[in-house]
Amino acid sequence: MSYATKSPWVIHYDGSSCNGCDIEVLAALCPGYDVERFGIINTGNPKHADIFLVTGSINEQNISVVQEIYNQMVEPKVVIACGICACSAGIFHDCYNVIGGVDKAIPVDVYAPGCAVRPEAIIDAVVQGLAILDEKSKALKAQKKGA
Amino acid sequence: MGKATIIPFGPQHPVLPEPLHLDLVVEDEKVVEAIPQIGFVHRGLEKLVETRDYNQFIYVAERICGICAFGHSYGYAETVERLMGVEVPERAQYLRVIWHELSRVHSHILWLGLAADAFGYESLFMHCWRLRERVLDIFEKTTGGRVIFSVVKVGGVVRDIDAAQLAEIIRVLEGIKQDYKQIMDAFLKDSSVMNRTVGVGYLSFEDATNLSMVGPFARASNVPYDVRSLGIGAYGSLSDFEPIVDAQGDCYARMKVRALEVLQSIDIIEEMIARIPSGDIAVAVKGSPADGAEAACVVEQPRGECYYYARGNGSKNLERMRMRTPTSQNLAGMVKALEGCDLADVNMVILTIDPCISCTER
Repeated sequence: MSYATKSPWVIHYDGSSCNGCDIEVLAALCPGYDVERFGIINTGNPKHADIFLVTGSINEQNISVVQEIYNQMVEPKVVIACGICACSAGIFHDCYNVIGGVDKAIPVDVYAPGCAVRPEAIIDAVVQGLAILDEKSKALKAQKKGA
Repeated sequence: MGKATIIPFGPQHPVLPEPLHLDLVVEDEKVVEAIPQIGFVHRGLEKLVETRDYNQFIYVAERICGICAFGHSYGYAETVERLMGVEVPERAQYLRVIWHELSRVHSHILWLGLAADAFGYESLFMHCWRLRERVLDIFEKTTGGRVIFSVVKVGGVVRDIDAAQLAEIIRVLEGIKQDYKQIMDAFLKDSSVMNRTVGVGYLSFEDATNLSMVGPFARASNVPYDVRSLGIGAYGSLSDFEPIVDAQGDCYARMKVRALEVLQSIDIIEEMIARIPSGDIAVAVKGSPADGAEAACVVEQPRGECYYYARGNGSKNLERMRMRTPTSQNLAGMVKALEGCDLADVNMVILTIDPCISCTER
């Protein structure tokens, strides 16, 4: 991808992460990595967000929260699983209260592994997510024309 | 007096970095009662001691929380060492304290940033997080990780910090101190900050002691309790340690206690580096904890006292591992401090206890 067609807004939800990945998500937005200079803004409102960053694994208590946020987001949307817990539940895979990675609850587009996930990996995943977002948006437009 | 209304708050909310749900019972704009609901982050990791041996569990322990990760591996290792009667080399004890205090510096600066964000001071938030990156750079150079270090093991530490790196740490900390003092002035002297925090979320000394609050939250209500003053490990060799307390008991006092603790921690690190003895960094640990052996340990985490308990059963796996983390203590005080505050101040009061939900629920 040579250029981005839009500056995506992201929404972040902490599934059952240990905070490590959450602070790395914030660190990616803050000075040091500073993706805000590309217009990537962290929003609290699912309706404003293009990219859903989920950290941590899924359990009985938060599965409905994650699904609710995902359903409220407007198409096109991209889900990024940040950190190994979000990808596959990692070190906690055999805990009694852990169902598994985020893909057990909602469809995931990009997996960013790491414990904790490094800000570089998050940025890389968001760039890949942008390309997917573009494709989804094109598909949506084509669908509308066809209808 | 208006009619009571219940406003749900969280688990996904712009001001909450972590999932916590509160039912706020409000009359007009005043909060009458706050009913917390937790369990969004519960993993059940204490049970993992049954399937991981005591050496492996240290990597689980440090993933209890990503902010005080080092503190948890330190507390767990200390407990298991007591359980097995292992004497840790002095240099390793000093190194543990250096990393632990560095974690406190980064955690408190992180918190100050989040507090600034909560009262709407975005640029101060960014400045804090920029400063914090320099502490993380030290971690990355000395341990290889920014968040999770995996540097403690039962019997000592995995890596040494050589003299050149120690000198580098001193140099970086001096630089941080200069910049930090400017930021601290913004927090403690800026009138707009004071308007948001002075007198908000008051918790009295009686309430703080009755509800057994810990950490900076208690110290801001004039409770002079800090585990570091017990002198466990290398803390015993400090020339002087006085817990930082404040009598005001409001959000401003909590901010002030944490702000001053950053400087205190930097002083501790400098003293540790000046006195660090040479020698081994680990001893070999063999065998298993005896059947029925018990050990406990307390560590002052950035958020307060954390209690660890372990019991052996004669095998490589522990029979029971239990932690009581600072935030699970402090939630009771938070609910108390929320009573009677304005709805618009709720986020400020919640943040000033520095909640760590992943510690609480584990």
